[in-house]
Amino acid sequence: MKNKYSIFSLIKNAFSQHENWKQAWGDPEPKREYEAIIIGGGGHGLATAYYLAKKHNMRNIAVLEKGWIGGGNTGRNTTIIRSNYLWDASAGLYDHALKIWENLSQELNYNIMFSQRGVMNLAHNLQDVRDLKRRTHANRLNGIDAVWLNTDQVKEFCPIINTSPDIRYPVLGGTLQRRAGTARHDAVAWGYARGADEMGVDIIQNCEVKGIKRNGDKVEGVETSKGFIKTKKIGVVAAGHSSVIANMAGIKLPLESKPLQALVSEPVKPIIDTVVMSNAVHAYVSQSDKGELVIGAGTDAYVSYTQRGSHDVVEGTLKAILELYPIFSRMKMLRQWGGIVDICPDASPIISKTNIKGLYFNCGWGTGGFKATPGSGDLFAHTIANDEPHKLNAAFNLNRFVSGDLVDEHGAAAVAH
Amino acid sequence: MFLINCPYCGERDQSEFSCGGEAHIVRPKQPTELSDDQWAEYLFMRKNIKGVQFERWNHAHGCRKWFNMVRDTSNDKIHAVYKMGEKPPVE
Repeated sequence: MKNKYSIFSLIKNAFSQHENWKQAWGDPEPKREYEAIIIGGGGHGLATAYYLAKKHNMRNIAVLEKGWIGGGNTGRNTTIIRSNYLWDASAGLYDHALKIWENLSQELNYNIMFSQRGVMNLAHNLQDVRDLKRRTHANRLNGIDAVWLNTDQVKEFCPIINTSPDIRYPVLGGTLQRRAGTARHDAVAWGYARGADEMGVDIIQNCEVKGIKRNGDKVEGVETSKGFIKTKKIGVVAAGHSSVIANMAGIKLPLESKPLQALVSEPVKPIIDTVVMSNAVHAYVSQSDKGELVIGAGTDAYVSYTQRGSHDVVEGTLKAILELYPIFSRMKMLRQWGGIVDICPDASPIISKTNIKGLYFNCGWGTGGFKATPGSGDLFAHTIANDEPHKLNAAFNLNRFVSGDLVDEHGAAAVAH
Repeated sequence: MFLINCPYCGERDQSEFSCGGEAHIVRPKQPTELSDDQWAEYLFMRKNIKGVQFERWNHAHGCRKWFNMVRDTSNDKIHAVYKMGEKPPVE
C-alpha cells in the first residue's frame, strides 16, 4: 500500500501538524470507455468497485456519483450491523457481510470503528415472544449467534430500560446477537474509496447519470453530466433512485421509494453501550462514540423523494423511546434527517442480472442496507464479473417476483418497517 | 408532511390519510388467462416516479373514502385531487 496508515505515519505527520497527509483518493475526469461502470458512490457501490478490482481483477472501471461519495443513505443511516434474519437465504447473505465486517478495518487499513456491542431486540407481547424465540432457533441452526433473554436478563444487559409491567407495552424478553453492533458509516465509504482508488478505480464525483444507452437487448454506455461514457457492463447501486435509473433503461422494478428518518440527540456521557431495537413500538436507539443518542424512526407510508419525512413519524418514535427509557425525557434532539429507501414487496434486496445484457441491479435494500455493505459489494462484484450470481445471492434475483419464490422478511426481520 | 384537500371533507393533515400507492393499475379482467410475467407486472412492478405521479389515497381517520391524487414526489406538492372513477386531469 502506497500510503499505509500506521502509528508511524501518525507520528510522522504529527511533526507537520497533520498538514501533509496525502489525499486518500483522486478526482479524475471520466475516460471515454470503461470495462464496467458502477452507478452510485455509496458504501455498496464503492464496495462493489473495490471487490471487482481486488477479486476479479477488473481495474479499468469507474464509480459515478451524482453528489459526493457517501452523501446519500451511507451518511444517513443509524449504522447498525446484525445478521439475525429468519430465512436461510437472508441469514446466508447478512452473515456473509458480518464475517467481512469483522476484519474490514485490517483489510482496508482504515479504521471503520467496527464495534461488536451487541444488538438486542425486544418482545412486547406474546406473539413477539413466539416470533423472536422462533428466530433465535432459526439463527442458531444457521450458525448465527442468538440467545433469548427473559425480562430480568434484559434489564441486566441494559439497565436503563423500563421493565415495569405497568407500561403500555411491557418488555416480556428479548433476543441478543452479541456479534452484532455498529460501525462508522462515513469511514466505510472512505475506506472502500481509498482501497478502490489505489487499485486504479476512477471515482468520479459530481457526475450525474442522465441516460442509459441501449442497443437492442444490451447496454452500450451511459449519458452523464460529464458526457457519454462507453461500457459493456453497468452495475446500478442507486438505492432510492434505482427506479429512476431503471426508467432510463426502459425497465420497471418492484420498488417504492420512501423517506426513512433518523435523529440524534445532544452528546452525553456513556449511558447505553449496546443497540436496542423494538419491533412492536418501533423505536431503536444506540449511542455514538461522540455521545449522541442515535435514534431510528420509521418510513413514511407514501412514495417521496424528499429527504425529510413527516413529523408524526418522529413523534411516534420518540413517544416509544420515552416510555422505554424515561431517563431520556429531558434530552434535546439536535438533528433530524431523512434518506430515501427503496423498498421491495418482500422486504428483501435484489442483487441480480436483468433481461438486458450487461445491466445489473443491486437495490431494494429498503430500511436495512448498511449492515450488508461489504457482503453486498462482494456478491454484486461476483455477479457482474461472472454474469452469474454467487450462490449466496442467487435467491435475491429479480425473477423471484415472476416465479413467486419470494424471501419474505417483512414480519420476520427483527424490525418490521 | 403536507395538507391534503379531501374531496369530501376539505383540507386535513396528511397524517389522517393512508396512501394506496400508484393509481390506475387496472385489475386484470380475466385473471385465469394471465401469464406469470403479467401477474408480476400487475402485483409488483411500479413506476415509482420521481416527479408527477398519480396515486390513490384513503381518508383513513376521516370519511374513510378513497380518492385519487396527482402529486410531485420530488417536492410533495399536490397538483390535483379527484374522485374515484373520474378521469385523471391532463397536465
